[in-house]
Amino acid sequence: MNPLERYAPLVDDEETFFAACERPLPSVVRVNTIKTTPARAREALDEEGVGYEPAGWHDGILKLDGRSPGTTWPYFHGWLHGQEEVSALPALAVDPEPGEFVWDACAAPGSKTTQLAAQMDDTGLLVGNDNNLGRLSALRHNAERLGVTNLAVTNQDARNFSLKPFGSDQFGGRRYDSDGGDDDGDNDAPADAAREAFDRALVDAPCSCEGTVRKNPDVLDQWTLDHVHSVAGIQKGVLRRAIQATKPGGTVVYSTCTFAPEENEAILSHALEEEDCRMVEFDSPLETVPGVTEWDDEEYHPDVTKAHRVYPHHNDTGGFFCAKLEVKA
Amino acid sequence: MSDERREEPTNSGQQFDRLPDTAEEREVPDRATREEVVGWWEERFGIPPKAFEDFTFWEKGKGKVWAFHGDTVDPIRIEGLGMSFLRTRQEHWKPTTNAVQRFGREATKNVVELAGETATRFAAGEDQDIEWDGDWGYLVVAHDLVGETEPMGVGLYLYGELRSTVPKGRQESLPVLD
Repeated sequence: MNPLERYAPLVDDEETFFAACERPLPSVVRVNTIKTTPARAREALDEEGVGYEPAGWHDGILKLDGRSPGTTWPYFHGWLHGQEEVSALPALAVDPEPGEFVWDACAAPGSKTTQLAAQMDDTGLLVGNDNNLGRLSALRHNAERLGVTNLAVTNQDARNFSLKPFGSDQFGGRRYDSDGGDDDGDNDAPADAAREAFDRALVDAPCSCEGTVRKNPDVLDQWTLDHVHSVAGIQKGVLRRAIQATKPGGTVVYSTCTFAPEENEAILSHALEEEDCRMVEFDSPLETVPGVTEWDDEEYHPDVTKAHRVYPHHNDTGGFFCAKLEVKA
Repeated sequence: MSDERREEPTNSGQQFDRLPDTAEEREVPDRATREEVVGWWEERFGIPPKAFEDFTFWEKGKGKVWAFHGDTVDPIRIEGLGMSFLRTRQEHWKPTTNAVQRFGREATKNVVELAGETATRFAAGEDQDIEWDGDWGYLVVAHDLVGETEPMGVGLYLYGELRSTVPKGRQESLPVLD
């Protein structure tokens, strides 16, 4: 069975939903404002005769005509990054400020991480973590090509992420407030450099990915309900850790590219029950529908309606899910 | 004697250590200092020290210096910190392609400007004969992109030849710009 059919009861117009899932996605790039401006990036594409169309809702997102972005000069200079339109949403929801301490829990290969870095004006400390060492090299490659210099890359299991490397005494860490932090005998660990908790966190969780079907139709063949259930356990663990590691009043954003409520609203419901946090509304620049409160005999927390579901036929993008939480003060 | 040597602090490939500010503060033998690193960019490329005032510099891996736009605890055991920036502990220090693309716009000397086909060949990783009256060694290689000089990467100039050091993963076949 086509797993997309299980979501037919959730969409407003089944036929256009299925039709949109069959169409390939355009090649989309995000302008990297660490190295250039949207105006100059567009001029560079004009100079090469590469056609494009701005996404409309964001002046730094351009849909290219045909050509792969890799073979253009602005790409070579790290002015552009290939990134699906809808995947620009979570970093906008995180909305980090320059100078903040921000965690991207599942960062590789780094599209959203590098977008966060640009929003932070490449200042503060952005921690890009991934549990897969092989994928970390892609993260580092992308970040360095885009000129990111505020990024710390870590290789931990996000479910029990420790802030110890950053000098925290919480979450399995210890403070470097004296010379206890290292053993080279000098006093080179200033307490003010230690960081205790994140200002914001993004959990762009590993998922069953049906939302990427327009880019990678194979995801449907690989889909199993068992995988949905096993990955849901990981998602719950990572989201809970992100809430624990973020300071009171801080923001945690949860996103996936699946339509499965088991991996979306169910994960939020679990976090709302187990951790001190609440759902927050945020405006989406793309057309979306609210999160669902019922699915397959399950009922979810009523506040999950503040989350955004993006279906491919709404904005001619991939499918997506994005929710914003606030850690209670 | 041998005991003393064993106790001498050494570089570790497992962690990032902040570069000492000056030679007087150096504890790990042959580790580059902040003063030397900033001075090298000024001396070699004319990039003012001010360009790096908000950056801290770290060594992980022998001679590999990283530039981080901020500060954190020292040492720090993680996989990456900022950008891999400069290769030291060898006779001729070598900046990375990414560092030159990020900081090279402010370079005022040892910058070779290519145009048209020569720029395209450099980005594809090709070595080529060029006329150059300046210093030999590592150069910033730049070209004009929409009206401004944009650094492409690092070239090694020796015996009339400009070798492209653009890493394989960054080489591209790009169109020739007029």
